[in-house]
Amino acid sequence: MTVPEQKPKTLYDKLWQSHIVEIQDAGEDDGNCLIYIDRQIIHEVTSPQAFEGLRDAGRKLANPQAMLAVPDHNVPTGADRATAVNAEDSQIQLDVLAKNCQEFGVEYIPMLDDRQGIVHIVGPEQGFTQPGMTIVCGDSHTSTHGAFGALAFGIGTSEVEHVMATQTLILKPQKNMRIDVDGILGAGVTAKDIALAVIGHIGTAGGTSYVIEFTGTAIRGLSMEGRMTLCNMSIEAGARSGLVAPDQKTFDYVMGRAKSPKGAAFEQAVAYWKSLPSDAGAIYDKEVFLRAEDIAPQVTWGTSPENVLPISGIVPNPDDVENSERKIAMQRALDYMGLTAGTKLQDITIERVFIGSCTNGRIEDIRAAAAIARGRTVHSDVAAWVVPGSGLVKLQAEEEGLDQILIDAGFEWRSPGCSMCLAMNADKLGPRERCASTSNRNFEGRQGPKGRTHLMSPAMAAAAAITGRLTDVREL
Amino acid sequence: MDKFLKLSAIAAPLPMANIDTDMIIPQQHLKTIKRTGLGQFAFSNIRYHDDGSERADFVLNKPAYRKAEILVTGANFGCGSSREHAPWALMDFGIKCIIAPSFADIFYGNCFKNGILPIILPQETIDLLLDDAGRGANAIITVDLENQEISGPDGGKVSFEVDPYRRHCLLNGLDDIGLTLQKKDVIQNYEAKKRLSQPWLFKD
Repeated sequence: MTVPEQKPKTLYDKLWQSHIVEIQDAGEDDGNCLIYIDRQIIHEVTSPQAFEGLRDAGRKLANPQAMLAVPDHNVPTGADRATAVNAEDSQIQLDVLAKNCQEFGVEYIPMLDDRQGIVHIVGPEQGFTQPGMTIVCGDSHTSTHGAFGALAFGIGTSEVEHVMATQTLILKPQKNMRIDVDGILGAGVTAKDIALAVIGHIGTAGGTSYVIEFTGTAIRGLSMEGRMTLCNMSIEAGARSGLVAPDQKTFDYVMGRAKSPKGAAFEQAVAYWKSLPSDAGAIYDKEVFLRAEDIAPQVTWGTSPENVLPISGIVPNPDDVENSERKIAMQRALDYMGLTAGTKLQDITIERVFIGSCTNGRIEDIRAAAAIARGRTVHSDVAAWVVPGSGLVKLQAEEEGLDQILIDAGFEWRSPGCSMCLAMNADKLGPRERCASTSNRNFEGRQGPKGRTHLMSPAMAAAAAITGRLTDVREL
Repeated sequence: MDKFLKLSAIAAPLPMANIDTDMIIPQQHLKTIKRTGLGQFAFSNIRYHDDGSERADFVLNKPAYRKAEILVTGANFGCGSSREHAPWALMDFGIKCIIAPSFADIFYGNCFKNGILPIILPQETIDLLLDDAGRGANAIITVDLENQEISGPDGGKVSFEVDPYRRHCLLNGLDDIGLTLQKKDVIQNYEAKKRLSQPWLFKD
């Protein structure tokens, strides 16, 4: 008797198949499936219309316990927010979230709670995020949670409502892409630099319709914080989800957190999580290989994350581009950014620095910034902000004395929230202000109308704060 | 949701790649708790001057395109933020169909949930449609979802692909939450098995 051969599966195949409630288009390889959603996180900007939809249709939540709510996009981030006056429309969204959570029975972490922060920092911190889960949120950076080997992706508000009402989504399977980074990262090179280098390599649409699994020794070497930074920016490469296979680092991170399984349940969970990594011989639809040693600290020069170069580079010339559409786009980006082709990136001066966001607002990021700031002074022409990603990150940093190092150097130490990553409230750039930012998007107007964003790592942003220009942190 | 059957309308050309959802609806307009009323803010950063007056060079401000219901545009349309405010703003402006060489995944899905039909066609075909759209108010393009066919102003036809389930929902104006709720038993079965195999995921 022959045993039927089991086809080797990728991590994504396993996550997908274990969440199929029903195959809706039987017989089709890429047909729609009804997919079970284990967890949903909500915030104040993309949930009000979903609650309103439920209310209008007289529907209830399928499973309130599978949800967690945290305000983050609109919260004021000044030092004293107990008395801060928020813009009226921002405050309405915050109030409506609190009210909806009370009415529908969703656990809600209020702004003044130490656990409050950016959804993608709070989920992992609270142990709400675990390997093997499907996790959604009405926010494209939900890809962050893929760092735990969870299938996590951003959804629109209609899908938020669909999950609220049914605990499922109707989805088509994605294709498998593997991005392998082998080797050892050089000094001053971080997960953010890997993310930007990957986007520069495959482009902002390179990952469209794929789930990206990051593999290789350089990825294994990253901390959980670094893996979150990397998966966070998968969406900037077009991929709705990024993944890193769970390993001992993952289990150690999850263990003992407020919402993690405890005792025997934890052991049982770990046994399951160990079955998740891709099988040997699993087939990927696309594979990309990078060497860690080839990656230098990266900075963006334009208005798309794919407009990225090593810090040693020069602003590119549209005349060197053949494709007319790309030439026009490049000229538009240079005009918007107020840059001239041929300028050395290191000669570009900045007025603002933003260290924070769901990409780089974790303790490791604050430590990296403080290590550069220690004993140095922020340039007199620069206003530099550090916005911790959560109240717990803020407390931890203060326990380690990092806040004082940063304050002594001239940085402003603020309260947690999305802040100047998307500039929904008073935290924004003025027109034509130029910012060294650890956030994820340099789109036109992203950090404020006509504001100019250069994306980079926390260490690079801190270095720019000191010198007042884009700077190679390795030469500081 | 309104049904989408057949649309004969003015098509506006917006030949730019990588139009992100921040550009379609900037963050300062996300502070609403409603789905409606965002049309006035669609593309606001590139549609208006700082003083609020219209920029004459933006396509949807030109007299011929003020009533456009179809947008012909560049690759990777709708990239970036998952904000459904982007299709809400386009819909509220009057756009019911977007034709592009490619779309970002989240935006593409969000369109169908709001009765907007996103159509993917090869760049060569898009170039022809951009020429058609360039003829202003004379550029009436017909999009027939039932027969999956686009007719240009000169009678030229091109067919397009669309997922059968999504097509079905658009043609009938169906709310898919209602459809999924009919499968409550199947979902509860799945959940019951999961409670046994992965009990740590459930509190009770």
